Amino acid sequence: MRSLTAAAGKKKAAKTSTIQLPIICDADTLRSLISKKAVRVVDVRKANDYKQEHIPTAISLPLARVLENDAPEKIVSILEELGVSDKTPVVVYDDTFGALAARVAWTFQFVGHTNTALLEMTFKQWKELGLETEESARTFPKAKHSLEVNKSIYADASYVEAAKSQPGKLLVDSRERLNFLTEHIPGAKNIPYTMVGSNGSILRKAEELKRFIENRGIADTTEIITYCGSVGTLSGLTYYALRLAGFQNVKLYPKSFKEWKALGKPREEFKDATYWDLSAE
Amino acid sequence: MKKVKVTTVSPRQKGASVPKPNPKWGREEETEVFAKRVKLFRQGKISEDDFRRFRLQHGAYGSRLHMDYSMVRIKVPGGEMTPEQIEKIASLSEAFSIGSAHVSTRQNIQLHWVQLEDVSEVMRGLVETGLTTREACGNTIRNVMCSHFAGVCPNEAFDATPYSMAIARFFLRNPMCQNLPRKFKINFACCDLHGLEKVADIGLVPLTKEENGTMVRGFKIYLGGGLGAASFIGHQLEDFTAESRMLATCMATVRLFDRRGNRENMARNRMRYLVHETGWEKFQKMALKERSIVEMTTSYSTAQLFDIESQEDTRHLPNAPRMAKLPMLNDSVTKDSPGFERWLHTNVAVQKQESYFTAFITLGAGDITASQLRVLASAIRDYSAEGVARNTPQQNFAVRYIRGTELRDFYEKLASAGLANPGALTITSAVGCSGTTSCNLAITNSHRLAKEVQRKFLELGLDTDDNLRDATIKISGCPNSCGQHEIATVGFFGGATRMNNAMVPTYTMLFGGSSGELGKAMMRVPAKRVIDTILKIIEIYKQQKSTNETLQQWVSGVSKGRGVGSIKNLEDMKAALAQVIQLPASDIDADAYMDYGSDSRFSAKTARGECAA
Repeated sequence: MRSLTAAAGKKKAAKTSTIQLPIICDADTLRSLISKKAVRVVDVRKANDYKQEHIPTAISLPLARVLENDAPEKIVSILEELGVSDKTPVVVYDDTFGALAARVAWTFQFVGHTNTALLEMTFKQWKELGLETEESARTFPKAKHSLEVNKSIYADASYVEAAKSQPGKLLVDSRERLNFLTEHIPGAKNIPYTMVGSNGSILRKAEELKRFIENRGIADTTEIITYCGSVGTLSGLTYYALRLAGFQNVKLYPKSFKEWKALGKPREEFKDATYWDLSAE
Repeated sequence: MKKVKVTTVSPRQKGASVPKPNPKWGREEETEVFAKRVKLFRQGKISEDDFRRFRLQHGAYGSRLHMDYSMVRIKVPGGEMTPEQIEKIASLSEAFSIGSAHVSTRQNIQLHWVQLEDVSEVMRGLVETGLTTREACGNTIRNVMCSHFAGVCPNEAFDATPYSMAIARFFLRNPMCQNLPRKFKINFACCDLHGLEKVADIGLVPLTKEENGTMVRGFKIYLGGGLGAASFIGHQLEDFTAESRMLATCMATVRLFDRRGNRENMARNRMRYLVHETGWEKFQKMALKERSIVEMTTSYSTAQLFDIESQEDTRHLPNAPRMAKLPMLNDSVTKDSPGFERWLHTNVAVQKQESYFTAFITLGAGDITASQLRVLASAIRDYSAEGVARNTPQQNFAVRYIRGTELRDFYEKLASAGLANPGALTITSAVGCSGTTSCNLAITNSHRLAKEVQRKFLELGLDTDDNLRDATIKISGCPNSCGQHEIATVGFFGGATRMNNAMVPTYTMLFGGSSGELGKAMMRVPAKRVIDTILKIIEIYKQQKSTNETLQQWVSGVSKGRGVGSIKNLEDMKAALAQVIQLPASDIDADAYMDYGSDSRFSAKTARGECAA
């Protein structure tokens, strides 16, 4: 079965000269791939937003659908439905600073799709630059995709709990500073998702991200597990930021702090200051 | 296919003819040095004391009871900020802080709860737009303040701004003031009404004098003032200090303090103690003598470092279009007046430049979100002919050179971002230091209290009562006067008191302060009774006042024992307030025993302050 799928993939690759995408796909690369019909563009915004307009050739896959169907088998069948085979280059975008796109991209990677990139910008920025959009909804012929769960990028609560006391492993909380100060998983360090992007780009340049990590004295051989508040979106973006910064061993704890709390696991709190009152929100 | 370049286009500056140049206060190499030092400190290669001194010299305070975080203090000389700087601070606050920035009472901008390891990145961003944190803390010459009205004040002799900037530049990184006995503050006023010249180590007010038929520029210089656990009003050095002697006077004062200041007793090492202990007349003689020495010995190259001319704004700002009908700043308003009219009355001031106006942005205890900062920056570009804004010691922003014809558009733009609250120039604009939100020394949440006072007072429409207008409320979270409580009509500083067998967050209330006079400590008020107490004072004032007497005048009279009604002095006042400050037993009203922002029992927790490192 597997070899058949691979052969099908190869055949397709030969036809459309498949390329291996980097973590971040810039607008020009995407536009060129679109014009060559050599990419599957995935729009993870709400279905209605997609219906109004989207990047040419994009198909709709709202994040909620991915979260509802988080069993790897279901994700693979979604990929197949979207016409994505093993080698198809996939570019994902959203309208919320890349976090939703990152969570979907991670999920694809988790089930074994190894050629997924994040669009460097949000749909809003794409529009602001005056780039092409279209209104018509797209569908593609169903493809065949293999299932090969990549456990090396995944962490669950018990893994996180064990990792806390293991040398060379670091837990990173991606939530904003005030949320982190209020409570977090014991031992976690805070790299707020707001740190990893910058105006015009969902992720900063690799060397900048590298410098941030280096400032913190984190060795590049460290295994890092990222988490955030509830479903692994903010931490999904941090996952890719760390990958871009050169970390090879990064894991996402997709059920994040919401599950951790529900399981009644220990929390570290900081109650000696009334920092929330500094916010002008 | 056309290539897409993702860069932000430099935004058009509608309001100003030419944008102000990058002031280049910061230096990139300092950010790298900082990052390296943090690493060495974390590796245990630098002692905690050495690192603390270094960190403070570069503008980063330790955060309340959590040394992994810093408060980054951005030094903003004269409070003057370009739209680019404001936008940069917005981005930095989102990336590395809490998504809000904070205006201090000395024209600094503070970013709180920044991870120590990220401080160098904040500094790096600031340097890009010409800002610095260098010498914002520590035993240095702190941010040089200048009245936000300087240059537009109808009462001023001349614009003090270039002088203040030249002084700031002269002392920044100057070897003569890198390790003073304690911090040192210099404040420039525009006139006798609008400045903080009497509560600084050196305070200066521009003054002109006729000499041999020509007008010469100079200053009234005050020495030895300052607020803190013990506060003093500065002494005027001489009738007139010619502008040519201004630098020497400042250098002489700094040198005297450096040599003679108390380096042993941290609690009494500000210059005001030296002046007090030496005696003013003796200190005055010493200062004048030291100035002669400085004038005789200052090298040419040192003198070259002080360059007023280069700090002058040489741009020609166009005249504002004349208005057939001037905006009605003085019309009285009520809380039911249209928002724009209320704002006009309580937030806008005339300038000496015809048809130009200065509008104030009302903040809550100096807090502003990143997205609000961006709207502010855009509003400055669109509506200020000088293309900059100044932050103010009342923790607001002043946007100057707005054409009278555009005030309404400006207001609408601010309103869209929640920045058009009224009351900036009235009693409702309460000042509050950061308190327990981030400061090691704080006992109470003065920050939140100031916001609560503002919220309640605006809700009651107290900003529209012109008799209350010149009164001020200022709140500090401890006896050290970051909230400037001694110069408020009604001031408060935080403490803890045992009442009904429980600890209660309380404030010592001071009465009758102003920018030239210190308020008198009167009584302790539980935190949750502060608002009621002020409202009661206002109620009594209304019963007692003589015709046309403002709240500020009445309070000042009572504080001096000169009340004319039944409340003659502070003792009478205390008796009249005795009822308001009572607390029921803690099991009946537990909330009254908690501080703002807290839902647990109050306990006074503090750690070592870093002001005197």
